Amino acid sequence: MRMMAAKIKSNKVLRSNLITFGMVIGVYIIVQILVAAGAVSSLVRGLLVPLCTYAILAVSLNLTVGILGELSLGHAGFMCIGAFSSAFFSKCMQDVIPIAGIRFTIAILIGALTAGVFGLLIGIPVLRLKGDYLAIVTLAFGEIAKNIINMLYVGIDESGIHFSTRNSLELNLSGNGVVIIQGAQGITGTPNDSSFTVGILLLLITLVVILNLIHSRDGRAIMAIRDNTIAAESVGINITKYKLMAFSISASFAGVAGVLYAHNLSSLSATSKNFGYNMSIMILVFVVLGGIGNIRGSIIAAVVLTLLPELLRGLNDYRMLIYAVVLIAMMLFNWAPSCIRWREKIVYKLKSGKKHTKGAE
Amino acid sequence: MSFVQYLISGLSLGSVYALIALGYTMVYGIAKMLNFAHGDVIMIGAFTTYTVCSTMGLPTAAGVLAAAVLCTLLGVCIEKVAYKPLRKAASPLAVLITAIGVSYLLQNIALLIFGTNTKAFASVVSLDAIKLADGQITFTGETIVTIIACIVIMAGLMLFIKKTKAGQAMLAVSEDKGAAQLMGINVNGTIALTFAIGSALAAIAGVLLCSSYPSLNPYTGSMPGIKAFVAAVFGGIGSIPGAFIGGILLGIIEIFAKAYISSQMADAIVFAILIVILLIRPTGLFGRNIQEKV
Repeated sequence: MRMMAAKIKSNKVLRSNLITFGMVIGVYIIVQILVAAGAVSSLVRGLLVPLCTYAILAVSLNLTVGILGELSLGHAGFMCIGAFSSAFFSKCMQDVIPIAGIRFTIAILIGALTAGVFGLLIGIPVLRLKGDYLAIVTLAFGEIAKNIINMLYVGIDESGIHFSTRNSLELNLSGNGVVIIQGAQGITGTPNDSSFTVGILLLLITLVVILNLIHSRDGRAIMAIRDNTIAAESVGINITKYKLMAFSISASFAGVAGVLYAHNLSSLSATSKNFGYNMSIMILVFVVLGGIGNIRGSIIAAVVLTLLPELLRGLNDYRMLIYAVVLIAMMLFNWAPSCIRWREKIVYKLKSGKKHTKGAE
Repeated sequence: MSFVQYLISGLSLGSVYALIALGYTMVYGIAKMLNFAHGDVIMIGAFTTYTVCSTMGLPTAAGVLAAAVLCTLLGVCIEKVAYKPLRKAASPLAVLITAIGVSYLLQNIALLIFGTNTKAFASVVSLDAIKLADGQITFTGETIVTIIACIVIMAGLMLFIKKTKAGQAMLAVSEDKGAAQLMGINVNGTIALTFAIGSALAAIAGVLLCSSYPSLNPYTGSMPGIKAFVAAVFGGIGSIPGAFIGGILLGIIEIFAKAYISSQMADAIVFAILIVILLIRPTGLFGRNIQEKV
């Protein structure tokens, strides 16, 4: 009996996962057909890669917020780290590895690894904190990451890599040395390796990893920590290990999104617009609108909230205002006890109404 | 500039942080929530004074009063509409995320009304600067007023909490909401009062902040707001003298970091301090240690 129940449950999970994958692949095919038919405006075509970036970011943040139950406001910081480490690699290896496919694959791995390691390093001390404190520390981390990258100068010549925090002259490069990261100007001339296909592939990989994690033994342990830390600890779950696992995996996928973002632009610089606090909030809005803990919802919300203001030109001025209202309204609607009771009442009324009509038949 | 002059500008910045941190720490101590929108209430306060004084040309006192009244109303409204329904929510994240939403909403409303252009805020202080040691050391009028205002407000708050019934009710609610309710304390009213006081303080902080640093745009409040939270944590969240000392220390550290290390790194250093404090002494300088119960 128990095995059967488990099987039915796993079938349910499998079906739900397949719907998510099918949705992504379906959208990909439809978009490719539309692009081939020339029915997609250049505006929307330019949005395809950012859409994948946002979807990956939203899915990975949902792992922290929805599954681990902690609020991270430094997600853009991890994205920033992934973007810069991978762009640095691509710029250095542009001539050494001429095949774009191989170079970009390594770049993605480097971006994911660097962001993941940073997630781990920051996670070890920080995850001892909870709730508000964790949120504000991750916010602080994101700002620190952005600030440090903005003042970093890195150049390369025969004798190796040179660092400076003041200006490119202090790097003491030899005659044929190249400055790669130029402080606030960032990195220019990153090879343009991102494409919609790559973005969708990365999104699918993200989904496979995160959905499998959620439905595995480890995932259940993480959710147990979310629901009741003390109870989870008392049944022998290693809190630190699982918290770190979720946090660093989430960070490394933010890094992957950063790689995708960096290789879609010819010049990359860390401004408060792309890697600042506002970006972290925007990702959070996607997660909240899609439903906290609902991976498929995150993707849909990321796409809808990015496309709508772009397509409805008049709405663009009110974009941030809409985000704010969505955030407040969704939180009240989904989490306020009085609202939940009111919704339950309505659902009950609808259900009992249906029963009555059935009974009359 | 000399060391002493840096110290004075640190004091000046620190007293603004301290004023903001007082509001933060009160709200946190009683409602047990991080009010992300506090920094934006500051911005709204500054814009109100700007509109009343610079645009409408009314006297300074009217501008400050209008800011205090509007921000008080705003604070109470925000609490009623956005925070109160979520006070008993299943997840503590709910109210935090809503607070971020409110912060965003205020910023964008200001953006729609006033635009992105930075406005030059006319100082509300008409006190002359005091020069010491042949003009080597200068206390600007703004510095003096901010520091005095900060000390007066802190003393007033401590008296209010110690001596009045409403203040005692606040203490009781911060200790234990349920028990306070059983003792006949109006918990909702007390929390609303806390928000009202906190927001009024935010308005005054906003006016003084923009008097010392006269550039005003919709994002003016968010960074000082977050840094003031760092100050409140530094001093021990929930503690009023802690917020004052944390604010002053943070201001001095920030100015010294700007002067002696790197102006770009100053923010990063301030945030690094937060991380270090939370790791070494999460309760801050004056905070109390609360044991977690099963």
